[in-house]
Amino acid sequence: MMSKLKGLTKKQLFLPVFSMLLVMLLNVIYDIACGHAPLTFFTIAVKNGILYGRLIDILNRGTEAAILAIGMTLVVSSSAGTDISVGSVMSLYGGMCCMLLAGYGNVNVSNYAVPLLVGIGAGLLTTCVCGLFNGFLVAYMNIQPMVATLILWSAGRAIGLLLCNSQIVYVRVPSFQKIGGYVGPIPTPIIVAAACILVASLVLRMTALGTYIQSVGINKKASRIAGFNSAKIILLCYVICGLCAGLAGMVATSRIYSADTNNIGLNLEMDAILAVALGGNSLGGGKFNLAGSLIGAYTIQAIDTTLLSLGVSTAQSPVFKAVIVIMIVVIQSAPAKEFFKELSKKRNAGKGAASV
Amino acid sequence: MEAGVVLKMQGICMTFPGVKALDNASLTLKKGEIRALMGENGAGKSTLIKCLTGVNKFEAGEIYLDGFDGPIVNKDTMDAQSKGIATVYQEVNLCPNLSVAENLYIGREPLTKLGTVNRKMMNKKAADLMRELELDLDVTKNLEEYSLALQQMIAIARAVDMDSKVLILDEPTSSLDDREVEKLFQMMRRLKNKGVGIIFVTHFLEQVYAVCDGITVLRNGQLVGEYEIAELPRVKLVAAMMGKDFDDLASIKKEGGSDRSNAPVYLEASGMSHAGTIRPFDLNIRKGEVVGLTGLLGSGRSELARVIYGADRNQTGSLKVNGKEVKIKNPIDAMNLGMGLLPDDRKAEGIIADLSVRENIILAVQAKLGIMKRIPMAKQIEITDKFIDLLQIKTASRETLVKQLSGGNQQKVILARWLATNPDFLILDEPTRGIDIGTKTEIQKLVLQLADEGKSLIFISSEIEEMLRTCNRMAVLRDGVKVGEIDENDMTQMGVMKAIAGGEHDE
Repeated sequence: MMSKLKGLTKKQLFLPVFSMLLVMLLNVIYDIACGHAPLTFFTIAVKNGILYGRLIDILNRGTEAAILAIGMTLVVSSSAGTDISVGSVMSLYGGMCCMLLAGYGNVNVSNYAVPLLVGIGAGLLTTCVCGLFNGFLVAYMNIQPMVATLILWSAGRAIGLLLCNSQIVYVRVPSFQKIGGYVGPIPTPIIVAAACILVASLVLRMTALGTYIQSVGINKKASRIAGFNSAKIILLCYVICGLCAGLAGMVATSRIYSADTNNIGLNLEMDAILAVALGGNSLGGGKFNLAGSLIGAYTIQAIDTTLLSLGVSTAQSPVFKAVIVIMIVVIQSAPAKEFFKELSKKRNAGKGAASV
Repeated sequence: MEAGVVLKMQGICMTFPGVKALDNASLTLKKGEIRALMGENGAGKSTLIKCLTGVNKFEAGEIYLDGFDGPIVNKDTMDAQSKGIATVYQEVNLCPNLSVAENLYIGREPLTKLGTVNRKMMNKKAADLMRELELDLDVTKNLEEYSLALQQMIAIARAVDMDSKVLILDEPTSSLDDREVEKLFQMMRRLKNKGVGIIFVTHFLEQVYAVCDGITVLRNGQLVGEYEIAELPRVKLVAAMMGKDFDDLASIKKEGGSDRSNAPVYLEASGMSHAGTIRPFDLNIRKGEVVGLTGLLGSGRSELARVIYGADRNQTGSLKVNGKEVKIKNPIDAMNLGMGLLPDDRKAEGIIADLSVRENIILAVQAKLGIMKRIPMAKQIEITDKFIDLLQIKTASRETLVKQLSGGNQQKVILARWLATNPDFLILDEPTRGIDIGTKTEIQKLVLQLADEGKSLIFISSEIEEMLRTCNRMAVLRDGVKVGEIDENDMTQMGVMKAIAGGEHDE
C-alpha cells in the first residue's frame, strides 16, 4: 500500500525533479568547461562564519517564490485561477510594516516607533485582508480570478506608496534586518521558507484541507451536494495566499531593510504561477502537488542563479530564462508525454520482434 | 413523396460507440403541420434532429425534403439551413449586445455598393419582417432589452426569414412563463398557416395538446408510432413513451417491504416551493417508508426532492424533521439532520472524477466532521474497504480514480458515500439510470433493506416497474405541481400512468 502511494508521488514529481536536475547538470557542465571542480555547484563553504555556495544562494533567493508558490498552489487548485496580486501585496506589506515601524512621515530611522512584532503583525493582517478581498470577489461575486486580483495587482503598490508618503522608508534596526540576514551561519530566509513549508505540509496532513480544496476544485457542484461550502473554501485559499504574500513580503522587505514599494515583489506573481505550472499542477484547478510547486519555485531560482554565474547580463537573462522555461513546459505537456509513450512503445515492440 | 408532405425521414440508423442511438427511426412532417417529437430521456429525439440538421452523420436511412429529387444529406447546419431546415434551440443563440436587426441579418447583411453594411436597408427589412409577424418591437434596440420570449421569437423570425420549409423548435418553452408560451404558440400557428412545417420538441404534455396536430413518439431510438393528436389521448401517449402497451399493462406487485402506515412521521414538508420550478407542495414521509416521486422528465420530481435537501438555494415553506421545525439553507444543514442526496446527474453532481474511490467515499463523512477533524488514514481505509465489500464495488484498488470506474460502480461509490454517514433519510434520484440489470436489482434490494432498518427514502426513477417494486407510496408531479399521491392499493402501472398523464382523469 505505502509503496504504491510512493510510486504514485514519484510519478507525479518525476518531471519537476527531472527539470531541476537538468538545470543542475547545466551548472556541472559549465563548471567542467571552465576548469572548476565538477561539483563546484554543490559545494557549500563557510566563510566569515556564514554559509556560502550556489546551492545556498538558490535556497536563499528562492524563498519568496517558494512561499508564494504555497498560496498560489491552493488558489489555483480551488478556483482554477491565479492570484496575480501577490507581488503587489508583498510590497503593500512592506509599506504597512515600515510605515508603522518608522512612524508615518519618517524616512530614515534607527529606532522602532512601535514594537517589531506589531509592525509585522499589522503587515500580515493587511495582506490577509487583501486575500479576503480577492477571495470575496472570486468566491461570492463569481468574478474571474484574474480580473478580481487585477484590482490589487494595480492598487496594492500604490496603497503601499501612499502609506509611505511616496518615499522609500528605511528601517535601519539590526533586529529588523535579521529576517533578511543570517541566524548564525544560515540565511534567515531559508529558515522562514522551511518553517512555512513545514507548517503548510503539517496543516495539509493533519486537517482535511487538502481533500476539501481538491474536491471543490474538481467539481464545485458535487462538492456542495456532498456538504462542502465551496465558496468558503475558495475564500480560505485566497486568505492563505494573502498570508503567504505577506510572509514573502516580510523576507523581501527585511532583505533591503526598507519599503521600496516600487520594487518589492515586482513580477514575482509570474514566478509563483510558473512555479505551480512547473510543478506539474494543472492551472485548470483540481488535484495539486505542493512539493511539485516548491521544486518549481526553486528551479526558477536555480535558472536565475545559473545564468548569473554563467555571466549572462541581467538585461539578457530573461531571454535565456524563457528558453529554458519553454523547454521544461513542453517536456511536461500532454502531447510530449504522448510522444515519449509512443516512442517507448515502439522501442519495446522492436525489442520484442528482435527476441522472436 | 406524397402530396402535402414537406419532410420524410425513413429508417434512420445511427450508432454511438457501443450504443445504438437510432434504430430505424422515422418521421413524417406535412406542410403547415405542427408535430410534437416526444420521448423520454435517451429516446433519440435530439439525435434524430441532429441527423436532420447535419450535426450527426447517420449510417442508414433516407431523408426526403420537398423540392429535392431523391434523398438529401446535410453536411452541416449551414447546409441544412440553405435547404430550408432551420433550428431554434432552447438557449437563444443570438448576440444580446447587437441590435435586433443586426441579429436578424448577421452573416447575410445587405451591402452597399462599397461593400459596407447597408444599415438603412437592413433596419427597413427587419422592421418589415417584424410587422409581418406581428411582433411589436424596435429593431434598432439591443436584443438584450427584450424578454427571453421575444428573443426566442426573434430567433424564430430569423429562421423563418431564410425561407425555411421546416422549422425545428428544440424545447423552446422551458424558460418561458405561461403568457410568453401563449405568445410563442400564436407565432407558431401563424407560421403554420403560412405553410411551414414545425417539429416541436418538448417535455410538457399540456403544450403538446394545446398546439400540435400530430405526435411522433420515439423510444430507445426506435419509432413507437406516428399519431394524429385526436387518436392519442394522454394516457396512451405516456404509455407509448414509456414503452407499455396500453391494453396489456401487467400489474407488478411489490416484493417485500412492509406496511409503514403506523410508523412515526419522519419528515413533514408543508407549502414548500422553489421559485420557477416547483409550486408549493406538502409531503409527509414516515420512518422506514419509501416514497416514490413520479412524473415525466421535467415534471419537477427531482426539483421537489432537491428543495427538501437544500440543494438549490431559496427554500420556502416549512419543514419539520422528527416533529421539529428546521431550516435547511445548504446541503450540509440537511446532512447534519441525517439526510443524503444521490443526484441524478452522476457526472456533474455526484462523483469527484479526479479523486480516488477512497476519497470519494469518505467525502460526506469528512464534510460532517469538518475541516479540522481529518479522518485518520486507517479509518478511511476501513470505511472504504467495508463499502467496497458490502456493495461489491468493482475497482482495481481503493486508490483508483473514480472516473476510471464504470457507471454502475461510480453510482455505488456515491451510494457508499451516503451510507457511510449512516443517514436517516436518503434521496435517490435515478439511482439506476444507465446501469446494468444486475446492479439495478442490487440497488433495489438495498433500498428495501435500508427501509427495513428504519431509514426513510425518496426514490425517483423513470421506470415505473422499479418504483412499484420498491415504494410504499408515490407522489405524482406534473409540470412542476404535485398533483396527488397514490397509495399502496392503487399502485399499478395503469394507475400510475393515468396519474402521470392527467388531463381526462384529473382528480
